[in-house]
Amino acid sequence: MGADAAIGQITDAKKRYAAGVLKYAQMGYWDGDYQPKDTDILALFRVTPQAGVDPVEAAAAVAGESSTATWTVVWTDRLTAADVYRAKAYKVEPVPGQPGQYFCWVAYDLDLFEEGSIANLTASIIGNVFSFKPLKACRLEDMRLPVAYVKTFRGPPTGIVVERERLDKFGRPLLGATTKPKLGLSGKNYGRVVYEALKGGLDFVKDDENINSQPFMHWRDRFLYCMEAVNKAQAETGEVKGHYLNITAGTMEEMYRRADFAKELGSCIVMVDLIVGWTAIQSISNWCRENDMVLHMHRAGHGTYTRQKGHGISFRVIAKWLRLAGVDHLHAGTAVGKLEGDPMTVQGYYNVCREMTTKTDYTRGLFFDQEWAGLRKVMPVASGGIHAGQMHQLLDLFGDDVVLQFGGGTIGHPDGIQAGATANRVALEAMVLARNEGRDIAREGPEILIEAASWCRPLRAALDTWGEVTFDYASTDTSDFVPTASVA
Amino acid sequence: MSTAILPAPTAAAPAGVAQAGLDLGALFTQSEVPQFLAELERDLIGLEPVKRRIREIAAHLVVGRAREMVGLICGAPTLHMTFTGNPGTGKTTVALKMAGILHRLGYVRRGHLVSVTRDDLVGQYIGHTAPKTKDILKKAMGGVLFIDEAYYLYRPENERDYGQEAIEILLQVMENQRDDLVVILAGYQDRMDRFFESNPGFRSRIAHHIDFPDYADDELVRIAKAMAEGADYAFAPEAEAALADYVRRRRSQPNFANARSIRNAFDRMRLRQSLRLFETGGAVDRARLATIGAEDVRASRVFAGGIDAPAAPG
Amino acid sequence: MRITQGTFSFLPDLTKAQVAAQVQYCLDRGWAVSIEHTDDPHPRNTYWEMWGAPLFDLADAAGVMGEIEACKAAHPADYVRVNAFDSARGWETVRLSFIVQRPAEEKGFRLDRTEVEGRTQRYALRHRAGAL
Repeated sequence: MGADAAIGQITDAKKRYAAGVLKYAQMGYWDGDYQPKDTDILALFRVTPQAGVDPVEAAAAVAGESSTATWTVVWTDRLTAADVYRAKAYKVEPVPGQPGQYFCWVAYDLDLFEEGSIANLTASIIGNVFSFKPLKACRLEDMRLPVAYVKTFRGPPTGIVVERERLDKFGRPLLGATTKPKLGLSGKNYGRVVYEALKGGLDFVKDDENINSQPFMHWRDRFLYCMEAVNKAQAETGEVKGHYLNITAGTMEEMYRRADFAKELGSCIVMVDLIVGWTAIQSISNWCRENDMVLHMHRAGHGTYTRQKGHGISFRVIAKWLRLAGVDHLHAGTAVGKLEGDPMTVQGYYNVCREMTTKTDYTRGLFFDQEWAGLRKVMPVASGGIHAGQMHQLLDLFGDDVVLQFGGGTIGHPDGIQAGATANRVALEAMVLARNEGRDIAREGPEILIEAASWCRPLRAALDTWGEVTFDYASTDTSDFVPTASVA
Repeated sequence: MSTAILPAPTAAAPAGVAQAGLDLGALFTQSEVPQFLAELERDLIGLEPVKRRIREIAAHLVVGRAREMVGLICGAPTLHMTFTGNPGTGKTTVALKMAGILHRLGYVRRGHLVSVTRDDLVGQYIGHTAPKTKDILKKAMGGVLFIDEAYYLYRPENERDYGQEAIEILLQVMENQRDDLVVILAGYQDRMDRFFESNPGFRSRIAHHIDFPDYADDELVRIAKAMAEGADYAFAPEAEAALADYVRRRRSQPNFANARSIRNAFDRMRLRQSLRLFETGGAVDRARLATIGAEDVRASRVFAGGIDAPAAPG
Repeated sequence: MRITQGTFSFLPDLTKAQVAAQVQYCLDRGWAVSIEHTDDPHPRNTYWEMWGAPLFDLADAAGVMGEIEACKAAHPADYVRVNAFDSARGWETVRLSFIVQRPAEEKGFRLDRTEVEGRTQRYALRHRAGAL
């Protein structure tokens, strides 16, 4: 879609800087001929302009409001190299099958951003523009972060490769579970769940997002009992085990205090919630790097702004920011479980986490090639309403480098927590073995599970209990480039 | 990775198959062996006796599979072979095709070819040979081990030669791991015969001997033309006559190596053609760039008293 | 007690054919397979003894199987594991690792506790077969 000549940039300085209100495109925030530079930060927005607002002007407004513009002309622009600092909307296309919605591509000069600060990046890109009245709705779909900018971040403190080497676990997804009930257990009872699950065969157990330091269980108690459970399980199995100790707290000082105690107790991993904010995440990431700690990120709260396709931020963008900010584990969806996530879209998030270079792939919602410049890889976590009976689908969708978390699917097992953990581990190993032997697990999966269940009673019981459970609802956040599918 | 089409050996044959009978032709077609034979026919000029032997062996292997399927006695067949003939007669090329045929018929699992000579197998000091030989054998597992000039493994003049150690390991694997690899020994006929006289263990473990005759003059000319065509060159009509002349003379001169000599000669002709074009100057077009002239052929030393004559350029 | 290190420890011990299939999976991906053994399976005992160098450039599992059997025969009372190493950029690490032999009786570990300040404890894992 070309720019209407009438709303192109005004190049005559006298007219351009005359006091008053101009269209954003006239101010220079639209340039249909602009060729993005390798060092530009690129953003793709989905905008729904108000009735009567031209899509090109809407795109220019997005570029303007997320960079240098304000609603009126200011003469102080002329004290700056304003042409460089102005973000440029350079392409607008209607969204396939979504009347009234447009994809807008915007390029930002690298100098608009402070190095190594997600807070600064987000303050620019999503600071103002989402409340802008001429737009009914606006969503940040994807970003291309240039190598020059990526290199100003340290990225994951551990990454997939080093985490696997530290844990001595290779060739299969890792297994985890979130302790349930998520609230109310005393420290001693909580640790029991951890011990049973780890001894039964899980690699990790996890605090839930809202387990911090409540009246029923103070954080030090939780840490002490959990580490007793971890060490005892290691002795029983000869295998490295871990518990994600949630160090999320009200202040940074308190988070550091909890992190230090986790380290003192010999934990290999700590976790924080996404709601602590970008600055806290980057700080705790640095702490983890200094202290050989794996950093688990629970994406608490993201659904408030990632789920609806019309307005907010795609989770793939959050995943990109988190890889820069530096987390080692990231909850990225299950596709088959109880939480939102179309399979292709979820695979797109996984690619963002795990690849050295993420390639453009519209069907998975990836609009740009993203070179990660040697930044370590993030281990995605699949958690929420998944069970052993879906093992073939999970392995087929996500491959080996993922943590599969079966909370209810472990703790709710009719024969107890150890049996639940064993069922999951046996199902997983049997599936990996079969896949490596060349069997088509997507098709033969149920058969492979039944074979394993013939000699593993806990798996038999798990399949009898949950074999038929699916969450077959249409996803809301899907690619606009493929017919959507549900795998359940 | 491609896998074998025909079923691997099984202990008992399904009764249905035994009674209903088998369509040998269909078996043969399914095995994709005809495709390999067609490629052999297309890619290899001449070599009629070799192609006939390979068809024989392939047919024998297909029949072997069919016998298995109806429950007739087969036993793991010995498939080790010798390829004898002068240098440049196509032994390595045919070995590659043979590896493909054996793979399609399920007699080797991967179908790759590992080509070695004595130096790859035999070490320089005590304790060096066994690991070296075993290393090569491990790489060749699932495929074909092609040992060129195999008789050099045996050096009777030196009683402490380490080659003997390699021979013993080879014989053991050839006997005990017939499912894991096929060994092809290659080299001159007469030397191979003498080698077998001194090492009868090899002779008894080898099932198929294929003799590679020298190419006839007209076949070598066809080979040269095919090489030229493959590289986007063509011989001018006078150059073709010169080529025939070249082949006749070259054969009687020392170190003649059939197709390999032709390959080397063709490479030198290309060099001379480039130099000629360069020195002549003027405009060049597609035709001139692609044409080998008679002068590019006749400037060879072969016409000036032979390959051993004092070196002239080219 | 059964040590559950390695990719397939929760399955019944793999048969030779199953091991060969896993090895072939690794070779087909261009990974170099290596064999290691130890009498001390402490989870932090990273460096087991190498049974020769990693086997590079193999096409077929048969070449590895011979070495596995030789290692088992030479160390019948040890743990033996098979590792597959991927040299591709971004990995440069082990991609699959599984145990192919265990001692007839697995001794397991003792967990030693040392009280320090508060309720904190220091934990130490000791292999029961090893020196104390």
